Amino acid sequence: MTTAPARIRAKQRPADRIFRGSATLAGGLILIILAAVAIFLIAQSIPAFVVDPAEIKGSPDSFWTFVGPLVFGTVWAAALALVMAVPIAVGIALFISHYAPRRLAQSLGYVVDLLAAVPSVVFGLWGGRVLAPAIQPLYDWLVTHLGWIPLFAPPVSGTGRTILTVAIVLAVMILPIITALCREVFLQTPLLHEEAALALGATRWEMIRIAVLPFGRSGIVSAAMLGLGRALGETMAVAMVLSPAAVITFVLTSSQNPSTIASNIALNYPEAHGIGVNVLIATGLILFVITFLVNSIARWVVNRRKDFSGAN
Amino acid sequence: MSAPIANTLTAGKLPKSAQWTLLAGCLGVFVIGDWLLQNGDPNWIGAVLLGVVAFVILNFVLALLVEGRRQAVDRLVTSLVTAAFVVAVIPLAWLLETVLQYGLGTFLNGTFLNSSMRNVVGEGGGALHAIVGTLEITGLATLISVPVGLMTAIYLVEYGTGRLARGITFLVDVMTGIPSIVAGLATYALFVILLGEGSKSGLAGSVSLSILMIPVVVRSSEEILKLVPNELREASYALGVPKWLTILRIVLPTSLAGITTGIMLAISRVIGETAPLLVVAGFTTSMNYNPFAERMMSLPVFVYNQYVSPGTEAGFYIERAWAGALTLILIVALLNVVARVVSYFFSPKLPR
Repeated sequence: MTTAPARIRAKQRPADRIFRGSATLAGGLILIILAAVAIFLIAQSIPAFVVDPAEIKGSPDSFWTFVGPLVFGTVWAAALALVMAVPIAVGIALFISHYAPRRLAQSLGYVVDLLAAVPSVVFGLWGGRVLAPAIQPLYDWLVTHLGWIPLFAPPVSGTGRTILTVAIVLAVMILPIITALCREVFLQTPLLHEEAALALGATRWEMIRIAVLPFGRSGIVSAAMLGLGRALGETMAVAMVLSPAAVITFVLTSSQNPSTIASNIALNYPEAHGIGVNVLIATGLILFVITFLVNSIARWVVNRRKDFSGAN
Repeated sequence: MSAPIANTLTAGKLPKSAQWTLLAGCLGVFVIGDWLLQNGDPNWIGAVLLGVVAFVILNFVLALLVEGRRQAVDRLVTSLVTAAFVVAVIPLAWLLETVLQYGLGTFLNGTFLNSSMRNVVGEGGGALHAIVGTLEITGLATLISVPVGLMTAIYLVEYGTGRLARGITFLVDVMTGIPSIVAGLATYALFVILLGEGSKSGLAGSVSLSILMIPVVVRSSEEILKLVPNELREASYALGVPKWLTILRIVLPTSLAGITTGIMLAISRVIGETAPLLVVAGFTTSMNYNPFAERMMSLPVFVYNQYVSPGTEAGFYIERAWAGALTLILIVALLNVVARVVSYFFSPKLPR
């Protein structure tokens, strides 16, 4: 009769326990920090949900009529930015991964990454002082000639500080993150798929359409969602470019623009006091929930993709 | 007499030089035409733009006639994809050009880098208080984030299994997506509970930046630690080295370059954050070397403040805002260059 050899256990030294303990502690700290963020936000925003609406700035009917235009503006601006950024980002990613000369590709990618290194406050300054005045004549033209389209209904903004300008700045800001993720995914396309397509006589574009894009589709979706999350939470660029009003409108070129949650906080926070602070924190909580949902969906798409990625 | 044998490999194809000739031709026609029509005062940008559009269309039509529909579509897509890249570079070049143009003069005027804004109305003054504040706040944030982030990454790679590790990975992803202003508000709420209403300090700014920085550090360090070959760890265990020493003496030194790069990039990401500092660190016009008490200025908030509340002589405030933006970009660029140099010289060479 044989017995299985006793499993040899590594000797546990005190230093081992300490090191392992501190690593676990650091990991646990992440849990604590995130829980703390949620708890503090909720605790500080409860007063805003139960307060008499008359005390909120602008005396709306209820807290929700105060938040409504802000939520709309946040989602609308981010969606516009996304519509502009995704096609260009996919194009850039394809250019860097499949079109640019091999030797140049890496430095070209670095150029796009440079956009991500520019601080948001600089984008705000540029958007407000340079881009808005420069693009105003275009809005003038759009409203005069295409004013029958509801999106460009007159009157035109005289300063160019409209939600469309904001969306352009936001699009530039989220371009690098979407590009970087798409590029990674496109580079992972199995080489055999690409070569098979080319061997069957496909042109380069046909190869991309039948081998690269289907492989990268979920990657593009999740990159877009992450970009959306970034655009939803962007504060300074919006605060410094937009001339806000508490309205819900789809018009892109007027001087009456819906503000966003984040920029509303940044603009009103320095003067807020008492219940006003709680109201702003409550809007921050709502923003947190929205971005949390968007990011979770993005991660879910990424993780689902892991199961069937690779050369299969 | 027989006809010369056609080369079947190149038959029905445009020669390689055709594209470039066409591009040069289109640009030439439009630029010269514009020059003639405007009597020597041409609109260069418009002419070049029209020339490129004409090239794209003509290239498509020419290919359609000579090479067929599939090749033509391929050429069209190539043009569009290249155009997408150019479109992305335009705002970058434009932004850098304007920041340099408007900011350089004030940046180099002698007072900008060595005085604060105390008692300054109108001309003069500088951003020294903001530069000091930015360096101290970001430095403290790095001191908080790097140990926590690095140890978390070590936990995830070396120790973590099961539910806790999966939960932490998920939450790090969630933390990456926290909007910066929300991080600021949460820190504000924390400090209200600890220190009472209305307290603002550089430390609070560092804490809010840490919330944004920790997930970035965890992510990048985790990726790098995963690259360390398992053979190195096994060789170390085989020599009887305990696990913690293996991590400290084998794993970390191997991945040090990558980790440093990740930390540098994380710093360059948070150093430009404005919103949380606006909320928790406040703004001031005076020097404040002590991050644990009183309001503290930082460069992004300085730029924002000069832009939003210009005094009676608005020009000087806007000039200072541009100079502040230039300073910020220079700091970020420096950090990025250092990160690239570190990773270029010290990281192990990998295929692809």
